[in-house]
Amino acid sequence: MRDTLSIEVKVNGIDRSIEVPVHHTLLDVLREEVGLTGTKECCVVGECGACTVIVDGRPINSCLMLAVEVDGAEVTTVEGLAAEDGRLNPLQEAFLDKGAPQCGFCIPGQLMSAQALLDKKPNPTVDDVHEGLAGNLCRCAGYQQITAAVLAAAEVERQ
Amino acid sequence: MSGDGVGASARRVGGYGRVTGHQEYLADITLTDMLHVKLVTLDCARARIISIDKTAAEQVSGVRLIMTAEDLPHPMPRFGPQFQDRPVLATGETKYHGEPIAAVAAETKDAAEAAAKLVRVDHEVLVDGVFSVSRALDPTAPLVQDPDLRPDDPLANTNILREHHFGWGDVDSQEADLVVENTYEFPMVTHFAIEPHGFMAAPDGDGIAIWSTIQHPYLLQKTIAKLLDLPLAKVRVFAPDPGGAFGGKQNPKLEPLVAYMSLRTGRPVRLILTLDETFQAVRRASTEIRVRTGLNSDGTLVFEDFESNFLIGAYVDIADRVVTKGNYLAAGPYRVPAVRIIARGILSHTTPSTAFRGFGIPQVTWARESNLDEGARALGIDRLEIRLRNLAEQGEEFVPGDTPADGDWQQAVRRAAELLGWDEPLPAGRGRGIALGLKSGPTTGLSYSTVRLLGDGSVLIYSGTSDMGQGARTVFAQIASQELGVPLDRISVIMGDSTVVPYDQQTSASRSSVLMGTAVLRACQDIQAKVRTMAARLDGVDESEVSVEKGMVYLPGREATVTETLVTGLGPLGGELVGNGEMRKDKDLEHPLGGSALFFEFNATAVELEVDPGTGEITITKHMTVSDVGLAMNPLQVTGQDEGAAIMGLGHTLMEHYIFDEEGRIRNLGAIDYRIPTSLDLPLELRSDSIENADGPGPYGVKGISEGALLAVSPAVGSAVTEATGLIIRDLPLTPQRVWEAMMERV
Ligand code: FES
Ligand code: FES
Repeated sequence: MRDTLSIEVKVNGIDRSIEVPVHHTLLDVLREEVGLTGTKECCVVGECGACTVIVDGRPINSCLMLAVEVDGAEVTTVEGLAAEDGRLNPLQEAFLDKGAPQCGFCIPGQLMSAQALLDKKPNPTVDDVHEGLAGNLCRCAGYQQITAAVLAAAEVERQ
Repeated sequence: MSGDGVGASARRVGGYGRVTGHQEYLADITLTDMLHVKLVTLDCARARIISIDKTAAEQVSGVRLIMTAEDLPHPMPRFGPQFQDRPVLATGETKYHGEPIAAVAAETKDAAEAAAKLVRVDHEVLVDGVFSVSRALDPTAPLVQDPDLRPDDPLANTNILREHHFGWGDVDSQEADLVVENTYEFPMVTHFAIEPHGFMAAPDGDGIAIWSTIQHPYLLQKTIAKLLDLPLAKVRVFAPDPGGAFGGKQNPKLEPLVAYMSLRTGRPVRLILTLDETFQAVRRASTEIRVRTGLNSDGTLVFEDFESNFLIGAYVDIADRVVTKGNYLAAGPYRVPAVRIIARGILSHTTPSTAFRGFGIPQVTWARESNLDEGARALGIDRLEIRLRNLAEQGEEFVPGDTPADGDWQQAVRRAAELLGWDEPLPAGRGRGIALGLKSGPTTGLSYSTVRLLGDGSVLIYSGTSDMGQGARTVFAQIASQELGVPLDRISVIMGDSTVVPYDQQTSASRSSVLMGTAVLRACQDIQAKVRTMAARLDGVDESEVSVEKGMVYLPGREATVTETLVTGLGPLGGELVGNGEMRKDKDLEHPLGGSALFFEFNATAVELEVDPGTGEITITKHMTVSDVGLAMNPLQVTGQDEGAAIMGLGHTLMEHYIFDEEGRIRNLGAIDYRIPTSLDLPLELRSDSIENADGPGPYGVKGISEGALLAVSPAVGSAVTEATGLIIRDLPLTPQRVWEAMMERV
C-alpha cells in the first residue's frame, strides 16, 4: 500500500495537484499542504461544523472526508468567498453588519454552510437557516445574529 | 446609531479577518523547523506511576524528544495563579482523568501521535478516588493533595482547600415567619470554546518566546520567567486572539511544558489540544449549596444562611478565588438584615476547575433564587413582587460597608417583566420564571495603554487585553475615534505581543471596557493635551485659550480638526504624537476579597416555557434578559454578548454535564456525547435589552457586561418548570430524562 497518492483538485478556482498522505483528511490537507488555514479544526468527529467546506456544491465536514476522496472535485473554502481583490460577498458583508462574528472561530464553517444553503435555497425561512446551520456550533452563541445575517444576505441577493 | 464613535453599532474591528478566514488563531501559525507535541495520558483518574518505558516510542521515525517527569528539574516545578501546586507533568501519581504524564515531540503530528501511543506507562490504578463532595469530606478518603505542598496549612490533612466565612448581622437571633431550607446541585460543565487550547514555544536568542491561546498573557510571562529564572524582558509572549475563552483560557496550563520541551530540543514546539483534551483541561466547579432563607409573611427577607460546597479539581488553578468571589455575594442584590455564608473549596480527583463566565455566581444564584421562589410560593406572594420588595435601591449599601448598589436595578427587573408580559394571563400549559443575578466586577485592576497618533492622522492603539470575542478592539477603537475624531478604518488595535504592548493585569471579570477603556481614554487625552500645546504654539495664543474635544480643536476665532492641527504642527519632518494612559484599582487588604467591586453586573432574566408531558422536554417560548450596562459603547456587540451568555446559560440549565464512571473517567468527552446549544435549541423568542443610565465607573459611564445574562438563567427556567408542572427539581441540568423521571415519580 502506498502512503501517499497524488490528487487533482480545484480549490477556490485554482487547479492543484497535490501529493496527499492517504490517511489524511481534507481538513489536514487544506490546512497543512495547501496552506489555507481559514477552515478550522475543533472536534474532528463531524459534530461541530468548524471545518465545513463546499465540495461540488455540497457543504461537508472536511474532518470526515479523506483528502483522496476529493480527487477530481471542486472545493470552496472560506478564503474563496471574497473576490480576488478582497471585496466581500453579500453573505460576508451581512455577517459584519449583523455582528455575527464574535470570537470568529466558528465563522468560516457558518459561512460555508450558509453559502451552500443560499446557493440551493435563495429564499430561506428562519427555520431553513436554523436547520441548515444546525451542524455548526457557536459557543459565543451568536445564533440570532448569524441567522439575521443569512436572511439579510438572501434579501440583498434578491435585489 | 450609526457612525464610529461611542454608542455606535460599528462593525467589529477585526471582523474582516473573521469573515475571510484570514484571522490568525494560534493553530494557524507555523514556525520554521517546528516540532509537534502529543501528550501521553492514562485512561483513568487516579493512578500510581510505577515506571515509564520510552523504548518503543523512541523507535518511531521522526521522534525527537519524549519528556517525562524525570527529564524536568527536581523537585518538579509547580505553578498556579493562586497556589503553586500544578506540576509541569504528573509525578508519582496522576490525580485526574487525562492528566499529562509525558509528552512526545516529533517532526510530524502523525509521528508524535503514533509514538505517544507507544509510551508504556506501567501504573497501578488507585480505585479509591475522590469524585464527590461527600467522599472528599469522609475522613477515610485519601488526600488529593500531598500535605507537604501545603505547609503551615491547618487544613492540609483534609480535602478542604479553604473554608471561608462571610456575612453580617446575627442569623441565629433573627425571627422569621417562614424558614425555607433546601440543597441545590449544579453540575460540572466545560467551556467548550470552539478553538481548542494551543501552546507553542521557541528559543528566542537568550530567552524564550511563548505562544498561547491565553487570556492573561502577562501572567503567563511572569509564570514562565519565574519557572525558567529569566527576566521578564527575555520572555516574549504572543497571545493571538483566542477563538472563544469564557474564562477557561485565563491561566497558564501547558505553556511551561512546551517551554521546557523547546529549550530541551532547541526547536520550536507546538501542542494543540484535541477537543477531548480540553474537556480534561478546564471545567466549572460543581456545587452543592444548602440555603436557608428566612422571610416575614409580607415577603421581606429576614436572613439568608448558606453552606456552599464547591467541588474543585486536583489542582487549585483559580478555584479558590471562584469560591470567595462567588460566595461573597451569595445573598444577591437584596437588602437582608443578617447573612451567614460558609463556603468551601473541596479538592477532588477531577479536572481542575477554573474561571468560567459568571465565576461561581451562576451556582449560588441557582440556589438563592430557587429557594426564594419556594418561599414566595409558600407565602402566596408573586415572584416578581417578592424580588422588587427586597431589591436594593440605587446607592443603598446592601452589603454593609461595601460598594453600594450602583444602578437602578428596579428598572431592569421591571423591564424584563414587561418584555415577558409577566402580568398577562398565562397561556395554558406554560410556566414563567423570573430571577436576578448579581456579580462583582473586578476588585483590583491595572491597565496601561499607549496610543500613537501617526503623522497622517491615523491611529495605533496598544492594549494588552485579549480580544476573545467580547469585542475589546472595537470599543477601544471607538473611544479613540470619539476623542481624536479619526474614523475606525484609520485605526488599528495592537494586542497580543508582550514585547510591544504595555502591561495589562488580565482579561477577566468583564473588566476591559472599564479598566483598559479608561487607560485608552487617558492615552487619547494625553494626545489631546499635546495637540492643545501644539495648536497654541501654532496660533501664538495661550494654552488656556485652546480646548480640544471630540476630535476638534477650538481656538480664539477659529476651529480646526485634530488631524489638521497635527499635520501642520508636526512640520516637514512629520513624526507622531504618543499618548500614555494608566488605570489602576489598588488592593484593599482590609476587604475580604482584597478590594471592593469596581462595578456590579446586574441582570434580570424572565422566561416562559412549556414542558412536553410525554417526554419531559422543555421548550423555552420566551426568554428576556435585561442587564444594567451603564452605557452600551457598541449596542450590537452588547446584544451579541448578552444573547450569547443567555444561550450558554441555557446549556448548563438544560443539557450540559460531565458524566463520570466509578473510576472518575469522564464518559462524555467531546462533541458527540456532550451537547451544547445549537441553532435548534434556541428559545422561540430571545431578546436582550440594556439599562443605560451612564452610571458606571468606566469611560462615558460604562460598566462591564458579558457575564450578566448567564447568571440567572437556571433559576428562571427552574421556577417556570415548577409553575408549568408543579414539580420542584433542585439538580441541574433539567434534561428531558430528569424532568420525565420527576413526572413519573409523582404519578
Ligand atoms: S472539526 Fe469537523 S466537524 Fe468538528
Ligand atoms: S463566534 Fe465564537 S464560536 Fe462562533
